[in-house]
Amino acid sequence: MVVDDKRIRIITGHYGSGKTEFAVNYVKKLNAENKKVAIADLDIVNLYFRSRERSAELREAGITVISSSVEGDSLDVPAVSGAMSMPVRDKSFEYVVDLGGNDVGTLVLGRLKPIMDRNEVDLFMVVNTYRPDTATPEGVIALMKQLEAGAEMPVTGFINNTNLIRETTANALLDGNAVLEEVSRRTGVPIKYTSYVEDVLQEEIPIEISGERFPMQFNMRKEWM
Amino acid sequence: MAKYLMKGNEAIGKAAIEAGCKYFFGYPITPQSEVPEYLSSELPKVGGVFVQAESEVAAINMVYGAAAAGARVLTSSSSPGIALKQEGIGYLTNASLPAVIVNMMRGGPGLGTIQPGQADYNMTVKGGSNGDYRNIVMAPASVQEAVDMMMEAFDLADYYRIPVMVMSDGLIGQMMEPVSFDYKPCKELPPKDWALTGMGEGKKHMVENLVMDADECEAWNHDHFKVYNAIEAAEQDWEDFMMEDAEYAFTSYGTSARIAKTAIGILREKGYKVGMIRPKKLWPFPIKAFELHDAKIKKYLDVEMSMGQMVGDVALACGDASKIEFYGRVGGNIPTVDEFVAFGEKVMGGDK
Repeated sequence: MVVDDKRIRIITGHYGSGKTEFAVNYVKKLNAENKKVAIADLDIVNLYFRSRERSAELREAGITVISSSVEGDSLDVPAVSGAMSMPVRDKSFEYVVDLGGNDVGTLVLGRLKPIMDRNEVDLFMVVNTYRPDTATPEGVIALMKQLEAGAEMPVTGFINNTNLIRETTANALLDGNAVLEEVSRRTGVPIKYTSYVEDVLQEEIPIEISGERFPMQFNMRKEWM
Repeated sequence: MAKYLMKGNEAIGKAAIEAGCKYFFGYPITPQSEVPEYLSSELPKVGGVFVQAESEVAAINMVYGAAAAGARVLTSSSSPGIALKQEGIGYLTNASLPAVIVNMMRGGPGLGTIQPGQADYNMTVKGGSNGDYRNIVMAPASVQEAVDMMMEAFDLADYYRIPVMVMSDGLIGQMMEPVSFDYKPCKELPPKDWALTGMGEGKKHMVENLVMDADECEAWNHDHFKVYNAIEAAEQDWEDFMMEDAEYAFTSYGTSARIAKTAIGILREKGYKVGMIRPKKLWPFPIKAFELHDAKIKKYLDVEMSMGQMVGDVALACGDASKIEFYGRVGGNIPTVDEFVAFGEKVMGGDK
């Protein structure tokens, strides 16, 4: 259950792995559990498809949204808001941090590291093994090491988000599961969730899938995509 | 065939490598920076060369050098960067040098915005450099199509000895979609017996641009136009979407055409007999599509992320400018399906 994860959940991974879609779905689930929820969009890597595009909708649902200190949905400005530290200090918040892709994306954490109690932090790595760089256990572990070096903290769980968007089948989840199981064996880090878009996946979820089932809705893709 | 989930810009880089391109010269600009980023790490792995030039102008002239030496070579940029390359594109064209140039268009004019746009039609299709010339211009509407067109672009460039532009918009560059790569040459390619590869035992090769004599320069122009005529005859390419019984036709390309497809689905449900002619190449423009369909089309609904730059070509193709209605968004704004549906209903006015 999302409520059982650590109070601060940092979402990281390869760019294009589906971090933002996972993070937006995650805060919605937390919010549905009547929690006081904040999400920070600290993506300074990608310019299109950022969680701040959903700001209005999330705010309407009572979620605190923190993004750039510079107004504008798609500015190419690597600026983050000073408000990003607020939900770290205010322990009444359940906090989700949506980082930019790769080790470059983790640099933003520099601001939070000195004030974060590591016991309060989960660092989740979202993985889509249909992305060429994370198609093998070696690829996933190489990226994981880069992310950990950038974040200066260990990855505490994997999210199997293996998909081909609208062409996703149950087989995709199995393919991702096989790669991540091997990664788990080698690193000791568990597969925390297996995520998939409910409307797309018509088949039953195979029982051998590891981690908690994490059904999602499309938030970031437009109807014609 | 294995499918990967890739971002448009990465997939374009990989498609170039699969097509045998080993040389990239360019300069970063949003929203195409993942093309050079990807190739900077991947080209060295296949024995290729990636150079981040000091400017777009430098990059296009490096392309000239590599093309003259007979290499498959790529540069990419986005709108204002492509504007900077125009002189070099004209030089490449005049020297009959094959090269592929990617434009991930953004909002304009000038420095504009970093969001997607389609307002470089005039610059690219009509030619933003000096003199009488044409370049083949391809317009993908998905990441897979961008991949397939990139591969075809290298073949067409070599076959006709002409620069080929792959003109897309920032959204397709940034979007993630499933893709597979399967390069098969689309033409039987002649040997590059003109390339500057060292004289050896053979004869001297020259790649020239300056022509001192007016008659000789005129003859060059005529030679180029023989090639352009051959391309116009052989290479028109478009998609007919729900055109079988259509009485109204959207005309659109790239991302706008994708949005239009969803809108057409909704308009069809409402009972409208509407389809779309989607040019896959903007030059040569698919005049044949209009010859095929025009007799039963009452109105064309041209939709673009520009102020209507393609309308002129649609008018020439159908021969009646009064049949065209236009709707567009600019500056980096992406039109919505609802906007296209409303536009469609306004133009068709209950004529089901």
